[in-house]
Amino acid sequence: MRYDVAIIGAGAVGCAIARELSFFKLKVAVLEKSCDVAFGTSGRNSAVCHAGFNNKTTSLMARFCVEGNRLMEGLCQDLGVEYRKTGKFLIGFDEADMRTLEALVEKGKANGCTGLQIVGMDAVHAKVPGVGGIGAMSSPNTAIFDTFGYTVALAENAKANGCDFYFSHAVKSVSEGPDPYRFIIDGAIEAKVLINSAGLFADKVSSLCGVDGYRIYPCKGQYYVYDKIADSTLQVPVYPAPRPGIGGLGIHLTPTIHGNVIAGPSADYQDDPEDYCTTKPVLDQLLSESSLLLGSLRPGQIIASYAGIRPKQAPPSQGGFMDFTIKAEQGRKGLVNLIGIESPGLTASVPIAMHVRDILIDHQRDFGLDMQARENPIRTRKAPVRFASLDREEQARLIKENPDYGTVVCRCQTVTLAEIKKAIDNVLGCRSIASVKYRAWPTTGRCQGGYCMTRIVAELMKSGLKAEEINLRDEGSNLFWGQAR
Amino acid sequence: MKDFYDVAIIGAGPAGLAAAKAASALGASVIILEREARCGGILNQCIHDGFGLMRYHRALTGPEYAARAIDELEGMRIDILTDAFVSQLVDNGDKKAIIVITRSGLLTINTASIVLATGCRERTRGQIRTPGSRPSGVFTAGLAQSFVNLKGMDIGHRVVILGSGDIGLIMARRLTLEGAKVLGVYEILSKPCGLKRNITQCLYDFGIPLETGMTVSRIIGSKRLEAVEVSQVDSDMKAIDGTARIIECDTLILSVGLIPENELASDLGVKLDPKTNGALTDAILQTSVPGVFACGNCRKVLDLADLVSRQAETAGANAARHALGLGGYEEAAELDVSLPKGWPEKDVINCTLCPRGCSIAFKDGKALGYGCKRGLEYAKTELVSPMRTLTATVLDSKGHCVPIKSSVPVPRSSLVLLRQALKSVRLADHHSGQVACTIDGIEFLSAENG
Ligand SMILES: Cc1cc2nc3c(=O)[nH]c(=O)nc-3n(C[C@H](O)[C@H](O)[C@H](O)COP(=O)(O)OP(=O)(O)OC[C@H]3O[C@@H](n4cnc5c(N)ncnc54)[C@H](O)[C@@H]3O)c2cc1C
Ligand SMILES: Cc1cc2nc3c(=O)[nH]c(=O)nc-3n(C[C@H](O)[C@H](O)[C@H](O)COP(=O)(O)OP(=O)(O)OC[C@H]3O[C@@H](n4cnc5c(N)ncnc54)[C@H](O)[C@@H]3O)c2cc1C
Ligand code: SF4
Repeated sequence: MRYDVAIIGAGAVGCAIARELSFFKLKVAVLEKSCDVAFGTSGRNSAVCHAGFNNKTTSLMARFCVEGNRLMEGLCQDLGVEYRKTGKFLIGFDEADMRTLEALVEKGKANGCTGLQIVGMDAVHAKVPGVGGIGAMSSPNTAIFDTFGYTVALAENAKANGCDFYFSHAVKSVSEGPDPYRFIIDGAIEAKVLINSAGLFADKVSSLCGVDGYRIYPCKGQYYVYDKIADSTLQVPVYPAPRPGIGGLGIHLTPTIHGNVIAGPSADYQDDPEDYCTTKPVLDQLLSESSLLLGSLRPGQIIASYAGIRPKQAPPSQGGFMDFTIKAEQGRKGLVNLIGIESPGLTASVPIAMHVRDILIDHQRDFGLDMQARENPIRTRKAPVRFASLDREEQARLIKENPDYGTVVCRCQTVTLAEIKKAIDNVLGCRSIASVKYRAWPTTGRCQGGYCMTRIVAELMKSGLKAEEINLRDEGSNLFWGQAR
Repeated sequence: MKDFYDVAIIGAGPAGLAAAKAASALGASVIILEREARCGGILNQCIHDGFGLMRYHRALTGPEYAARAIDELEGMRIDILTDAFVSQLVDNGDKKAIIVITRSGLLTINTASIVLATGCRERTRGQIRTPGSRPSGVFTAGLAQSFVNLKGMDIGHRVVILGSGDIGLIMARRLTLEGAKVLGVYEILSKPCGLKRNITQCLYDFGIPLETGMTVSRIIGSKRLEAVEVSQVDSDMKAIDGTARIIECDTLILSVGLIPENELASDLGVKLDPKTNGALTDAILQTSVPGVFACGNCRKVLDLADLVSRQAETAGANAARHALGLGGYEEAAELDVSLPKGWPEKDVINCTLCPRGCSIAFKDGKALGYGCKRGLEYAKTELVSPMRTLTATVLDSKGHCVPIKSSVPVPRSSLVLLRQALKSVRLADHHSGQVACTIDGIEFLSAENG
């Protein structure tokens, strides 16, 4: 198969690039080693739309974050993604913290953030009672959103404009082909331009293309997930004032768009880019640090834990944040590298994609591309129905229309059969348990699938899968070895 | 269906069914709301036998017990609505409104009394906070039970079980009979939680080791489970460094506790026990909200379905009295009857024939401790050639799993082979209680609910 552009990696950034390029008359392919989008860092983070005050002024991080924050609300509306502008508090525990926060307000202003101010604990307590500390910085533009739904929506939008997705396709070799199809990927897919958006593996993919010299230092962040207590305990993210360290934002408490509260992330460098294990000492540390922020959290409310890994460019000896590297490589015509897309990469994903688009426009002659805009490209995606969030009249109407809305599959989140069927029958053709979970949000409540898993499995089998073909996530994560037949 | 009932019962497990019967017997109009397609609750997936020793004076399988509890409602004027998910309860003072999601619409049912009989859910890996990776192959015991018994799934071949509660023990036997190798059961407490008879019949019968004072300290494997790390624990139940051992396995079954299901109760402001999450009730099983009663596992997890049924009768009757303005509330009986738990004593045989559960020992050729002749015979057989009732599922012509049981106990040594032989059986016509198939001259009865 021949493409104008091949994108490696279907995280939020790769999918945002795919969507942006799908507005042009280009043949675009996305190659992803997992069986679905958002299985890498884009599905393992805090899901916060950052405001951009924390990044070095004049950096790409600051620029794209502020821009991303400005765009996100509209984007989420267009793409049918759940989004809530909650604002956020950074809490100071001592005078040194307060000076840090004052400096942050100034830095934020320089970066172009609006509305930042220092507030007293009264203002904090009015929104989140029970938080410790002596004062805070308020960031009204910070928001929370559905990071899975967002990445899925970007991909679905790209697909609607003709972009091809290759899942369970780990790129293993990239050889040189004759102009203009200079990239031959795994001997099968040819492309004029290769965009390396491989996150934690971006250094390796770059090397596959003949450009060495990058190195990603994986840095793990672990989280606890609390039960659906957001409404009653925490509607606004609270972070500690940043302190010098290896480059995280400190252990914070964040309500999720689905009503849970997450505590984390820790920050520990490791060698393995795919070791997502949680560890006892770190989880214990999360417990004690999160109870510093909010004393009313109880360990009994914890329902799950998970980890994400930051693709850092800054080595452990240095720590801190290094700016995103996004560039057309001199050494390999047609290769666009995106290296070190760590936080705020999610917030910045669309501005990053626009930047990549501009790089292609600038180099189109050289790359042999013809960047003509598509007439009336699709730019929106219809929001999936969330039965639980509707009022009773609306629920009643839906059941009349389709009785499958009258069968509750996931009792914790009240997800109906109609929503599950829709999630299984998704545009991208992804059919793991996690794929269903990311789209309709079952299995995520306090029973963690104890009730709904049998029903989801039954529906997956109705869609044509055999028992042994049902995977939790990627190939090899089978739930069953077979079924009595 | 009406839009007002004296008593509405949420959940049709043994608790809900018995409550309905008692409420209806006092003349109340009653509706049962059940989210599953059929009544019986968790019993439908408990295909092993041993239920009903107290209530029906015989050993029944879970589905058989459920079928009897349903049969008892025969001829009573009780509306039963299945596939009906109660999503919300609203307190309008004297009356309560129940919002129900069904395939034919969103219903509102008004009632004077509510009986909560919503059962329990299982504690999960997240709640016990086991560190490690998140591969497939980690199942809670009840989920594993429903996959294996109701869907015929082959969930694993090398199995470790965490927790020595009865569901874990029952699953150790089930998976062994299904052909898996159960490598061991690990219990964090210093003694086993399950019934003695289950330790004997589910573990010892098959040579499955049980170690106490141990936990799974790490889960290993990136896709499917590859191994677990087990460690000894100290008196704070923390893993002791240096005691870790790696066990290669593809499946981990968690049997680490049950949590009363009380999301709906919380809607009404029913006070819950902060430790167990059970609905708190007074002597007549009324919760902190007048007119709302609770029984069965959503109140307090009970070991035996028989006890649940008995307690629920009191709750149902009192709910009816509340609704009809009758006096004379019944107080709930003390349910201190329970079968012996923990390590079976050496050289002692625990009789399983009736709820007394006598410990019978032989000294100098003389039997001691038996409560009746039947028990003595049981103990003698147990000594020389133990006999067991085999329960399993076989497929019918549509590919559905049908629970069956041997009509008489079979030699313990033949259990595994008989189970394997049953795998090739396809049932044609079958009726609950009737012979469904015969293997090696042994008759197997259909033990279906319905
Ligand atoms: C703990 C943590 C918290 C964070 N919190 C936030 C936050 O609150 N807000 C925010 O804006 N940002 C946050 N971030 C940052 C954000 O999550 C990332 O910047 C963003 O998700 C990066 O997206 P991506 O598409 O570049 O990478 P990824 O999502 O990792 O996508 C890369 C994809 O490439 C695939 N791939 C790799 N190698 C190959 C190959 N050889 N062949 C084919 N496919 C390949 C991978 O499977 C993966 O799917 C956080 C990050 C972490 C780790
Ligand atoms: C996995 C498991 C295995 C067990 N094994 C054994 C055993 O081997 N032997 C033994 O004696 N006991 C066993 N028990 C204990 C057994 O469950 C109890 O003895 C008894 O079945 C509890 O009865 P119940 O009616 O309280 O709950 P359940 O039988 O759980 O019934 C509750 C019912 O309420 C319904 N319900 C809940 N919420 C709603 C709602 N919102 N709307 C509508 N309906 C709702 C449920 O669908 C269910 O049918 C087991 C329990 C579990 C969880
Ligand atoms: S010996 Fe008799 S009384 Fe004792 S448990 Fe057995 S059957 Fe019951």
